[in-house]
Amino acid sequence: MLYIENVHKQFDNGLLALEGIDLAIKPGEVVSLVGTSGCGKSTLLRIVAGLEFPTLGAALIDGEVITAPHPKVGLIFQEARLMPWLTVAENIQFGLKDLPRLEQQWRTEQVLQKVHLTNFAEALPRQLSGGMAQRVAIARALVTQPSMLLLDEPFSALDAFTRTQLQDHLLDIWAEDHPTLLLVTHDVEEALVLSDRIIVLRPHPGRIHRELAIELPRPRRRTSLEFQRLKEQLIGDLDLTPGLDLVKR
Amino acid sequence: MQTIRRRNTFSNLTTAIPWDNIIPWVMPAALILLWQVLAQIGVINSRILPAPTEVVQAAIRLTLSGELFKHVTISAWRAVVGFLIGGSIGLFFGVLNGVSRPAELLADSSIQMVRNIPHLAMIPLVILWFGIGDEARIFLVALGVLFPIYVNTFYGIRAIDPGLIEMGRVYGLNRRQLFSQIILPGALPSMLVGLRYALGNMWLTLIVAETIAASSGIGYMAMNAREFMQTDVVVVAILLYALLGKLADSSVRWLEKVTIAWHPSQNLK
Repeated sequence: MLYIENVHKQFDNGLLALEGIDLAIKPGEVVSLVGTSGCGKSTLLRIVAGLEFPTLGAALIDGEVITAPHPKVGLIFQEARLMPWLTVAENIQFGLKDLPRLEQQWRTEQVLQKVHLTNFAEALPRQLSGGMAQRVAIARALVTQPSMLLLDEPFSALDAFTRTQLQDHLLDIWAEDHPTLLLVTHDVEEALVLSDRIIVLRPHPGRIHRELAIELPRPRRRTSLEFQRLKEQLIGDLDLTPGLDLVKR
Repeated sequence: MQTIRRRNTFSNLTTAIPWDNIIPWVMPAALILLWQVLAQIGVINSRILPAPTEVVQAAIRLTLSGELFKHVTISAWRAVVGFLIGGSIGLFFGVLNGVSRPAELLADSSIQMVRNIPHLAMIPLVILWFGIGDEARIFLVALGVLFPIYVNTFYGIRAIDPGLIEMGRVYGLNRRQLFSQIILPGALPSMLVGLRYALGNMWLTLIVAETIAASSGIGYMAMNAREFMQTDVVVVAILLYALLGKLADSSVRWLEKVTIAWHPSQNLK
């Protein structure tokens, strides 16, 4: 269980990125944080990841305050962040150094199968396409058998086809072990395809504007009427009125 | 993966003879041949430039007398000692300032100031300090080697993708693991570029230092031969420097092939 309790985050330059965030996420739940840039969604994810610390309040995993990256949490960033000097297999084993050699190899094979990259175990990152590299990043996050995956705009650097493919792929992976997924995205459709619940944040300062439970059955059809209706509603919640920033100032 | 076939009627020939390895040698060979011919028919005066055969003869003569070996060893010794001293100082400060912001603040601007003095301009001062002994030459070589190593190590570390360093935090690496598993491999390509520059500087500095004030070494051999108008020996000395420089460069290339095969500068397979 993940609890975010009254989290405030003020940066050193005085900018208030998050104000009074309260959120509870059940094990196995898929939750998306959406919002325009500057709404603090990435900051919130980084606080859960243990890479940033709240100015006030706390984030807790299983009753423990997060003070450092948690071993049961896997992280996936927008960039694959693979070590260019390590092969795909070595990159995946990067976080497994404490396990016996055979266990490392066995687990690596398992996750490579999951992301359909068995033939690329010995390849170097520079030989991979963007989508393949991101799949390796997913495999690297899965290999520690995390109970929660944090994804920071994981597919936004990819082309539209690869993105759709990887979204479906992520759902397949989720269907197997049901890890908790907390996803930051600015892609409304991505949030709708993946999530049980969507949290809409609004900036200046970052606050939760609305929570939306998505009860559509999976797999979801991106073209269904209900899907389109929810999409429209979400876009309305995001407050994308052009020029609004200018008017306010 | 697709294989690209060359449309070539002589495709059997092209696979049998490694043209790609031969073609680069055609021009140099032709030039040497031209040089030999021009020297033999007397177009080039042998006081100006002796024929290649004369140069080879001089090289053989010097080798047999043991003179060549003596001068090469003493030059190589100076180069290596100077390189080790300057290289380790440059590496030390490069790493230190690369990983520590306070150390950078303290030392970097001073090092950059000294770096901007052309080290060969220090020769008069160095002679005043050390006389014309080996210390002076080793000091100059060390100075010439230090800065390329320093600068490239420092920037190599600073240019590492912060995302990779954050991955180290995610996996809970301690400082020592972070250094050996992320910072060092990440900075290595840049460090090897520094090494290559440093080796170039090393020979250059040594040539100048040995021609100005020395009683042994390849540079001395060349200057001494000049006094006796032995142009062939001068050419041998110059070729020796070229050979040693090439040798140093090739060894760094080999080192790159072994250690940073993953880097975009290297061809895969």
